[in-house]
Amino acid sequence: MSQLSFNEVSLVYPPRDRRAASQLVLDRVTVSLATGEFVVVIGRSGSGKTSLLNLAAGFQEPTGGTVKLDGNTIEGPGAERAVVFQDDALYPWLDARDNVAFPLRLRGVGERERRARADELLDLVGLTGAGNRRVWELSGGMRQRVGIARALAAEPRFLLLDEPLGALDALTRNRMQTFLLDVWAKSRCGALLITHSIDEALLLATRIVVLSPNPGRLAADITSSFAADILAGTPASVVRSSPAFKRMHDDVTGLINSVTLEEELAA
Amino acid sequence: MTLTTDQEETYNSDANATEPARAPDRTRPVPIFLISLLTVVGLVASWAAATSAELVSPLFLPSPAAVALSLLHLVSVGFVDSTLLEHVQASLGRVLGGLAVSVVIGVPAGLAIGTSRIGRGVLDPIVEFLRPLPPLAYLPLIIIWFGIGEASKVTVIALSMLPSIIISTASGVRCVPKDHINAARAFGATKGQVTLHVVLPSALPSILTGTRIALGAGWSTLVAAELVAATRGLGFMIQSAAQFLVTDVVIAGIAVIALIAILLEIAARALERWLAPWASAS
Repeated sequence: MSQLSFNEVSLVYPPRDRRAASQLVLDRVTVSLATGEFVVVIGRSGSGKTSLLNLAAGFQEPTGGTVKLDGNTIEGPGAERAVVFQDDALYPWLDARDNVAFPLRLRGVGERERRARADELLDLVGLTGAGNRRVWELSGGMRQRVGIARALAAEPRFLLLDEPLGALDALTRNRMQTFLLDVWAKSRCGALLITHSIDEALLLATRIVVLSPNPGRLAADITSSFAADILAGTPASVVRSSPAFKRMHDDVTGLINSVTLEEELAA
Repeated sequence: MTLTTDQEETYNSDANATEPARAPDRTRPVPIFLISLLTVVGLVASWAAATSAELVSPLFLPSPAAVALSLLHLVSVGFVDSTLLEHVQASLGRVLGGLAVSVVIGVPAGLAIGTSRIGRGVLDPIVEFLRPLPPLAYLPLIIIWFGIGEASKVTVIALSMLPSIIISTASGVRCVPKDHINAARAFGATKGQVTLHVVLPSALPSILTGTRIALGAGWSTLVAAELVAATRGLGFMIQSAAQFLVTDVVIAGIAVIALIAILLEIAARALERWLAPWASAS
């Protein structure tokens, strides 16, 4: 089992020009994530959700505190923490298969093995036979599936998902949520997902982390069991309409709203 | 103007005159391509009329038929010791040679400008010095350095192509989406791998566009350079024909130069669609 942990992590952006003040984005956030967990980070704009993910990915370094993987401080990006981007970040000059095989190519895996592994992963994400398709001809949902397959090709211990379903239409999004849960369960990775949607957070998370905005602070860290129900076979629509789901939805909504009010009063 | 703005009255009168059987409403405006074609036909027709009415001396303006004949003659017999094909080959060879040299130098230079501060600091003034200079201004210097052989012509063409290739490469490199680079880094790519597998392919559409523009610039520079110093090539052919007042060869040569310029443009666009289909698709 692996562990990704943020210890008292702060992030300050330097002032844009001489007159502007420096901006505190994250304020002493402590949270951790183990393989086998699905942690969803939710919060309003300006709560530093994406910064948190960038720190985990190693795209940025914290100004204060440490981000550690199994006790070792993270220095830069690494294949054990694969990222899925909001606007998929697939390479249009490669077909779907070569996009999936990209992490393997970087590692110097031979052509034949690369193809075989990529096709397996395309099967896993429900895109059997789509290997030769040009990625810019695929729909948004299919592109995200390719993006997820590509992340899995890196054989990561953690999947970092930056609002991967944010740009999809509502129907596709619902389908992709269940799909994401299935893939995560099969992969045995730890998942860190950023989202704006409370509904999505409740459905996917084993733990929900609520961040308050300006600056981003840890507001709540809640365990959630709806994902387990869905994995056990209960349809998402049934889970959504259950009283427990609605109650928790209200609770989290209240949490996010009250936090905002407090912040506004303070400011 | 009135034809394309779809004004009913003006268009109806036209349509009634040419096609009385057709319903007057809901007719489509005349396609621009047809208008252009009619313009060309009209120009050639008035050229033929002017020459057949002997308004101008054939010494200044030979008839279209005479030019067509001389074109045939150029293909079969040639002019100043070479057939048309040999002149075209000489010119095309120089342009493609210049293109090869400027791509080999220009793409890495653009990459350096786009990715490193030092590269930008060093190369920017050189590019900005070269870019606004008319190639014919430094042609005499190049001839002093390299003589009147092929080397000087290829050098001048390469120099005239370099700025647009460097600038388009640099701007393509600067426009690589941040997520594309971050994705590769997240999968453990080294700096070299990011450049090779992400930055270069991502900048390719921009590089190809720059190359197409450079090809146009190089072609016009070449013809001008051949006017000054050459023993073969389209520019040289026109220049010698002008010295003997063989006006039909001059005009035929101009037509061939224009035709090749158009063909180069079409070929470059086809290359863009083939190598970077995603750029035009999305």
